[in-house]
Amino acid sequence: MITFEQLQKTYPSRGTGQPVQALADIDLTIGRGEIYGIIGRSGAGKSTLLRTVNLLEKPTSGRVLVDGVDVTALSPRDLREARHSIGMIFQHFNLLSSRTVFDNVALPLELAGVAKAQIRATVEPLLDLVGLTDKRDRYPAELSGGQKQRVGIARALASKPKVLLSDEATSALDPETTTQILHLLADINKRLGLTIVLITHEIAVIKEICHKVAVMENGRIIEQGPVFDIFAHPRHETTKTFVDPVINRGIPDSLRARLSATPVPGSNMVLRITFTGERATSPVISAISRKLNLDLNIWHGQIDEIQGAPFGTLVVEAIGNPQSIEAAISLLNVNKLGVEVLGHAVPGNLRAAV
Amino acid sequence: MLSPEIYALLFKALLDTLYMVAVSGLLGTALGLPLGVLLAVTGRGELLQNLAFNRVAGVLVNMTRSTPFIILVVAIIPFTRLIAGTSIGTAAAIVPLTVAAVPFIARIVEGAVREVDRGLIEAAQSMGATPFQIIRKVLLPEAMPAIALGLTLSVVSLIGYSAMVGAVGGGGLGDLGIRYGYQRFLPEVMLAVVIVLIVLVQIVQSTGDWIARRVNKRNLKS
Repeated sequence: MITFEQLQKTYPSRGTGQPVQALADIDLTIGRGEIYGIIGRSGAGKSTLLRTVNLLEKPTSGRVLVDGVDVTALSPRDLREARHSIGMIFQHFNLLSSRTVFDNVALPLELAGVAKAQIRATVEPLLDLVGLTDKRDRYPAELSGGQKQRVGIARALASKPKVLLSDEATSALDPETTTQILHLLADINKRLGLTIVLITHEIAVIKEICHKVAVMENGRIIEQGPVFDIFAHPRHETTKTFVDPVINRGIPDSLRARLSATPVPGSNMVLRITFTGERATSPVISAISRKLNLDLNIWHGQIDEIQGAPFGTLVVEAIGNPQSIEAAISLLNVNKLGVEVLGHAVPGNLRAAV
Repeated sequence: MLSPEIYALLFKALLDTLYMVAVSGLLGTALGLPLGVLLAVTGRGELLQNLAFNRVAGVLVNMTRSTPFIILVVAIIPFTRLIAGTSIGTAAAIVPLTVAAVPFIARIVEGAVREVDRGLIEAAQSMGATPFQIIRKVLLPEAMPAIALGLTLSVVSLIGYSAMVGAVGGGGLGDLGIRYGYQRFLPEVMLAVVIVLIVLVQIVQSTGDWIARRVNKRNLKS
């Protein structure tokens, strides 16, 4: 549905400063009907990237294909036409304070020159869809943040777009309202088959509704793929710092204090084992323990659910001879479980020496 | 306390003032509003950036705004004669009043339009709005409360300016106050003129405030 090809965006230098590269070598494909999340810290370039889809931001070079059409090559007139099929919602809602809820939702239709009766016939079902029929004649100042964003969503859907761009749409909302708005977006995605591209700095948003995710840093995409894979096996450091808080791959501080990066006399290896999908439910650990005569001292464990699939992590201290531990690691690999050496557990009586 | 003759003069002067202020206010708005919008949207990084136009228009506006009104009245007499056919009288006084009102209103409208949240312009662009649609459907309606207050201020200023056009025989309350109250030393006429002006300004300001409140949907109680 959307393809970014070799996209670059450079802002010219101001005064004596260096030119700023906002987007570098972006190659990304977003499939029809997907909810695609783009996450990054502020200044990572995610907002710039999102804005190239409807050309609110003009790339320096490269192409952006939306439904097969290169939006960077359109005339101003054709671009305005193309924008009718790309809806957008915003962090601060950007509703017109001078218009009622109904008139705000009707705005894109008015702009496109749709007849009054047709506008009514389109807007009223949309107000129903977002649950604001009773607020029809209210002004934005009379609404809560969540209600305002619902108006924003209805407005973005009014011109029956193929793509919905979401620019930090839940970042100004409280957690409960955020969840409601995200569920509304997921529902719209399912019901209308709408492709949604959302940018956020909150990993919880990605976890809640996205199918795929791209992680951005310094204008580049550093990691991308299905949300489950990225959460289960984050490779890049930045991705790990995003993912860790929500799926708790980390270990408690009291245990972390006992970890040493290198083996010390009498220490045991500490492993993190990750279970994904159906493997999260098979009894591999106890089988390995029995077979190799290995004691696995469980430090920490958690089972989570990402996109409806179970995902578990277990941090264990492996007590046994080195050969058995080597064998256990390869057995875990054979069983397609993630395994990672976190360090070496320093025995209690040596803690002071570390 | 005032003779019927003075009452008649006062009434005639009030009508002259209302006529001058109303016509120059309407003409000033008709020309100043579009000029103000153009000043706002042609600025750097704005919707229809056109720095050459912006700079030239800005200098012209500033030139008019920095000329004291009484000097402006005299300085543009040839222009007044060209437009009104004469340089003396109430109709002629409308020309300098309008010339003063246009840049005043333009700057007020420019400020009001610039205050509109940029996010709203971006949202309208994302819907495929043309620049003209953005001006008509977004910028003007959103700036309307500030424009209403600004126009009120303009009318109040015009009432003040209109007192000075007595210098070219423009008539009106200010002229009456100078000629009868000051030159003929009739303090009661001066007092009456001042009272009428105070009441007039009060009415204009209250009406303007009321309209601005009506068009402002930003502070509604839920």
